[in-house]
Amino acid sequence: MAGVCRPTANGWKVEPVIELSGLYKIFGSDPAGLLPRVRDEGVGKDDLLDRYNGVLGLRDINLSIPARTIQVVMGLSGSGKSTLIRHINRLIDPTAGQVVVDGEDVMALSKAQLRDFRCRKIAMVFQRFALMPHRTVSQNVAFGLEIQRFDKAEIARRVSYWVERVGLGGNGDQYPNQLSGGMQQRVGLARALATDADILLMDEAFSALDPLIRRDMQGMLLDLQAELKKTIVFITHDLDEALRVGDDIVILRDGAVVQQGNAQDIVLRPADDYIADFVQDINLGKVIRLASIMRPMTAGLTGPALDGSMLLADAVRFFAAADADTALVTGEAGRVVGAITARDVMGAMVRG
Amino acid sequence: MGDWWREFPEMDRETLVALRKALDGGYREFSRSYGAEIEAFFDPLLYFLVWFEKLLLATPWWLVIIVLCGFAWMASRSWKIILGTVIAFLLIGWFGMWEDTMRTMSIIIVCTLIAIALGVPIGILMARSGRTQAVVTPVLDVMQTMPAFVYLIPVVMLLGIGKVPGVIAVVIYAIPPVIRLTNLGIRLVDRDVMEAADSFGASPWQRLVRVQVPLAMPTIMAGINQTIMMALAMVVIASMIGVKGLGQPVLKSITNQYFTLGLLNGLAIVALAIVFDRISQAYGRRMQAYRERLEG
Ligand SMILES: Nc1ncnc2c1ncn2[C@@H]1O[C@H](COP(=O)(O)OP(=O)(O)O)[C@@H](O)[C@H]1O
Ligand SMILES: [Mg+2]
Repeated sequence: MAGVCRPTANGWKVEPVIELSGLYKIFGSDPAGLLPRVRDEGVGKDDLLDRYNGVLGLRDINLSIPARTIQVVMGLSGSGKSTLIRHINRLIDPTAGQVVVDGEDVMALSKAQLRDFRCRKIAMVFQRFALMPHRTVSQNVAFGLEIQRFDKAEIARRVSYWVERVGLGGNGDQYPNQLSGGMQQRVGLARALATDADILLMDEAFSALDPLIRRDMQGMLLDLQAELKKTIVFITHDLDEALRVGDDIVILRDGAVVQQGNAQDIVLRPADDYIADFVQDINLGKVIRLASIMRPMTAGLTGPALDGSMLLADAVRFFAAADADTALVTGEAGRVVGAITARDVMGAMVRG
Repeated sequence: MGDWWREFPEMDRETLVALRKALDGGYREFSRSYGAEIEAFFDPLLYFLVWFEKLLLATPWWLVIIVLCGFAWMASRSWKIILGTVIAFLLIGWFGMWEDTMRTMSIIIVCTLIAIALGVPIGILMARSGRTQAVVTPVLDVMQTMPAFVYLIPVVMLLGIGKVPGVIAVVIYAIPPVIRLTNLGIRLVDRDVMEAADSFGASPWQRLVRVQVPLAMPTIMAGINQTIMMALAMVVIASMIGVKGLGQPVLKSITNQYFTLGLLNGLAIVALAIVFDRISQAYGRRMQAYRERLEG
């Protein structure tokens, strides 16, 4: 489940696959000239626009994304999310800073190497789907494979697998225009997955969808991720979505990172008012886990054992059905690490 | 010279004459020394034109109609257009204009193919670079507004009278739409879709043939359609420099005041225009079928 199984938390030593360091992006006629203003003088986004006619896209982004996790990047519209994600496959060149993917300096790649890198390592899913309207569903899914010049049989095999896999089995010969938004984004997802790239970039991939469809798609993504274990950079402006899918969440504001952490960190300890605003309507029961509110174990305490990664909402359901009102909280390998009462759980679900 | 505020201070007559003489003389000199080479360069085109015209003339009339209907069917899938084509060509034949119509058709087809072969790549280059567009656009403006007679002169001076200069004149006149609309069509391709193609590592060539040209195709077809129409409109002017076909009887009718002859040949040109227009438009529409949503 998202939130607990961060590889680092489990003690695995994982090399980060995506490493952004000291990344700045300034849009305008003289980005290099404005860089010192932003970097050394600390000119902010509004000032930069008013006084120097430059748009601050990103400011000093330092981010390591470990392999096989879902990294969420969240922020309001215009906060620089799309700009950030486009640096990873170098659809945008930084004004300053480094982008390293799998140990490779993306900025050092030649044009041909960059194309190769995009083909093999990274696939992308777009907010407005960006499907090719003149191609059928199957032909869209085949696009990345055609670019890599796979042979016909291999393309056909992979296409039919992925079209089926995202639940579009009967729609292979339809055109994108004939599909609903949710189905179109399934095509976008299949197109990205078909190339077998290890890294998946999703720029507000579900933002254009209706809430119900969006939940479906999030569920599908989590199911796929449980099996495929890709490294996913997932952009959203929706906190619920961020909390649901993100192993780790970065919050951007005016091009800079204002907070980074997992769902509980963000909800329990918002770094500033901006984030507090974001999280105030969140159902805590669906974010906070027993381990973070348990009390120390006292001798002689008994009761049923609950896993520390259990959500408070699930714990309430458990206590309602069980006749106990105290439970033991277990950690790694079922070892008891603390205790919890029904009262604790309910208390933690309402904000103080 | 003291009168410059009342009379326009124009260049004096001798200088003007000298200038004209120098330019004309220079060009004449150029055509005298290189005319033969340039003509030789166009020889393959001439052979092809002659061969194609002979082919159309030698083919039995019913076979021509069947082949045309075949193309019309492939392009439009419309019985109405097929029926219209058959009727138009039967009437043309009945009124004794079959041979001239075949000659005109052969020249129009060749001109259109040349215009496409040159115009689409030029349009693509324009779409790729703002600078190329800035250079080509005014040239196209001149080509479209300069009276056709004016550029007939150097063409005739260089190549004399005949099929090849006729084709060159028609192509100059008819090529701008296909260039402009290719450029426009490619520039209108959705930026998101282009970015998606980039994100999958497409090379510029892959992007062009797999995304840009297919998506620009309906617009390019509209340009081709206009090019065909403009080529047909040039038929009469081209006949003044020796291009045989429906234009010549029209020209004869003007000098001899044969109203009916002129009208019939004029109507034959119109019929050709309508047939080609409907076929190419239907094809353009069919290529956009993917834009239509399913009902329900
Ligand atoms: N090509 C560009 N030229 C100028 N400004 C841009 C460009 N792309 C993005 N911006 C600006 O950079 C900021 C961040 O944009 P973006 O990354 O698209 O934000 P988000 O995806 O979070 O909505 C915005 O202020 C936007 O106006
Ligand atoms: Mg965005």
